Amino acid sequence: MTQNLGFDVAHLLAGSMLVLSFVLLYQDRITAVLNVFALQAIALSLSVAWQSVIQDAPHLLVTAAIALLVKGAVIPAALHRIVRQLGIHREIEEVIGAGPTMLTGLGLVALSILLVMPVGPGVSVLVREDLAFALAIILLGMLMMITRRNAVTQIVGFMSLENGLVLAASGAKGMPLVVEFSTAFSILIAFIVFGIFVFRIRERFDTVDVTALDRFRGEQGDRE
Amino acid sequence: MINPLYAILLIPAAAVVVLVLIPSYRIGAVLNMLASGLTFMAGASLLLVDRYRSDILIVDDFNIYLVTLTTFVAFTTSIFSASYIGHELEIGRLTPAFLRFYHALYQAMIGAMNVALVANNVGLLWVGVEVATLSTVMMVGIYRTPEAIEAAWKYFILGSVGIALAFFGTILVYLVAQEVLGEGLPAMAWDLIVKNAGKLDPALLSLAFVFLLVGYGTKVGLAPFHAWLPDAHAEGPTPISSVLSGLLLNVALYALLRFKIILAANPNTLNVGLVFVVLGLASLLFAAFMLYRRRDIKRLFAYSSIEHMGVITFAFGMGGPLANFAGLLHMTMHSLTKSAIFFAVGHISQVKGSQRIVDIRGLSASHPVLAVGLALGVFAIAGLPPFGVFASEFMLVSSSFSRQPLLAVVLVFGLLVAFGALILRLQQVLFGEGSGPAAEVKATYVPLFLHIAIVLMAGLWLPEPVVRWFRTVAAQLG
Repeated sequence: MTQNLGFDVAHLLAGSMLVLSFVLLYQDRITAVLNVFALQAIALSLSVAWQSVIQDAPHLLVTAAIALLVKGAVIPAALHRIVRQLGIHREIEEVIGAGPTMLTGLGLVALSILLVMPVGPGVSVLVREDLAFALAIILLGMLMMITRRNAVTQIVGFMSLENGLVLAASGAKGMPLVVEFSTAFSILIAFIVFGIFVFRIRERFDTVDVTALDRFRGEQGDRE
Repeated sequence: MINPLYAILLIPAAAVVVLVLIPSYRIGAVLNMLASGLTFMAGASLLLVDRYRSDILIVDDFNIYLVTLTTFVAFTTSIFSASYIGHELEIGRLTPAFLRFYHALYQAMIGAMNVALVANNVGLLWVGVEVATLSTVMMVGIYRTPEAIEAAWKYFILGSVGIALAFFGTILVYLVAQEVLGEGLPAMAWDLIVKNAGKLDPALLSLAFVFLLVGYGTKVGLAPFHAWLPDAHAEGPTPISSVLSGLLLNVALYALLRFKIILAANPNTLNVGLVFVVLGLASLLFAAFMLYRRRDIKRLFAYSSIEHMGVITFAFGMGGPLANFAGLLHMTMHSLTKSAIFFAVGHISQVKGSQRIVDIRGLSASHPVLAVGLALGVFAIAGLPPFGVFASEFMLVSSSFSRQPLLAVVLVFGLLVAFGALILRLQQVLFGEGSGPAAEVKATYVPLFLHIAIVLMAGLWLPEPVVRWFRTVAAQLG
């Protein structure tokens, strides 16, 4: 009974993260993207906390707390602030439209299930399904990074991808250093978000649209 | 006596802390050289002490030599960097504010590469490669020009995706290993995983390797994951180009080879050798043709790095004692030669004030010493005898001809195409009407000619212990 409950709740939480990944894909306002991302981080935090309960691994609670505080609150708040300061809250340019993006996303989910589900008998069903979810979230995060041109949404795509990684790591029973990894990732992200890139890009280009960067191809206009 | 193993990790770590606190560029540069020199001495003295293993760190035949090589090139580059950056400050291309954390990042990168090299824990290996990558991202963007920021951003985005995929692969490796080794640290210890590789689930292990391959392969710069590499090399400061090409690519490839050994120990897994051969040849051919279209000298040599990483990957993909030997030798020779070339290119771009090949012609008339240095470097990297690169390429070509003649033809074709491009560009730079200013070179030539001398010596005569080391490791690589 408890076994089933543990399984179902873990499923529910991981599944809701995946749904939120899809929701991220079709948002057309940056503020909405940030809010959905914060929700996903909260779902991640619950999921990791639940893993900590069923695996009897209290140190995972640290990871859950970091996910909740840093990615659920601090980073979205900071990004909201940056977006307001830069006045870009409506700018989202998609390379590919919402429809094809969603279809590609579905394809990626199918791919991750096909890849992970057939693996060996030694891995428990729970771990396997967790992995399939995590891989799907990772691939959707990559898809988001590819289909969005805006630097802020690319960072959100990366963070969403990283949520998938933390999910996978917390699902891997007894994996050492998970807490350290997740902390290191959060520091890295905080570093990137607050740091240089967005500000420098703004400072130099007056836009955070990364297509502006592409104008400066290294060797343009330099043919003999 | 303190184990040098800890020294190669602790010296850079301590140096990072000290250098963060020092605002002065000059003191920073001296301390940077000092710390790199000490790390090199510690790295070299690793050769004298016994092999070591724990669940976290390992010193075995495979990494001991790479540690020496890495710390050596890091040391010579720190000497080059001191004069190079000093000059950039003088002409005002860089301001002290931009350089505030340059040396701390440099040491962080060296320390992280050492961590990656001596890590036995596959998670720690990942951490090392990632920290090294991220510290170079920061340094690539240091000029803050639009091009530099584009390069750093691209490097960051592609690098992050690589980070993520490699991490997922690492988690999968742990999951596979914990079925046999139990939960906890031993299931991440590389040597224990190799020992038990036969019992591991081959399907999941192969899946893990695919992620590791794409993840670390991005950092090796293998086509088609190479998009960041030319930009990062061309737009960052030249000392960073030289450590990127000479060291970081090697470290990433080293990580892949560690996992290749795991898969090789389990016969039912994916054929890694074949994957390596295909990726290696693809990178070689792609880069060889791209060399002809380059108009920027740093980009030219960045593509040449892709080409050579392709050759090395091909060599390890072929496998067997001879090809592995060639691969290891080529890895070493490429590091030394390519960093020497970047030293020369750094001096050239400073005296001429440009990296564009049209702006730096007629070098043999205006700067004879520099021209000789560059020419020797390019001859070496293009694979002319008697340099070490020729020795390794010859060994690789002859061993491939006896086993897979068709592949060998492709290999030779790629090498010749690249050879043509390099010599063509070299000739443009050396001869012709002089262009650009002819300022004196104020920097030291010692690192440049030291590297070339070593490469030349290796082509003529390899010392017995080195040969023995290459043989042992070649056997280990299977």
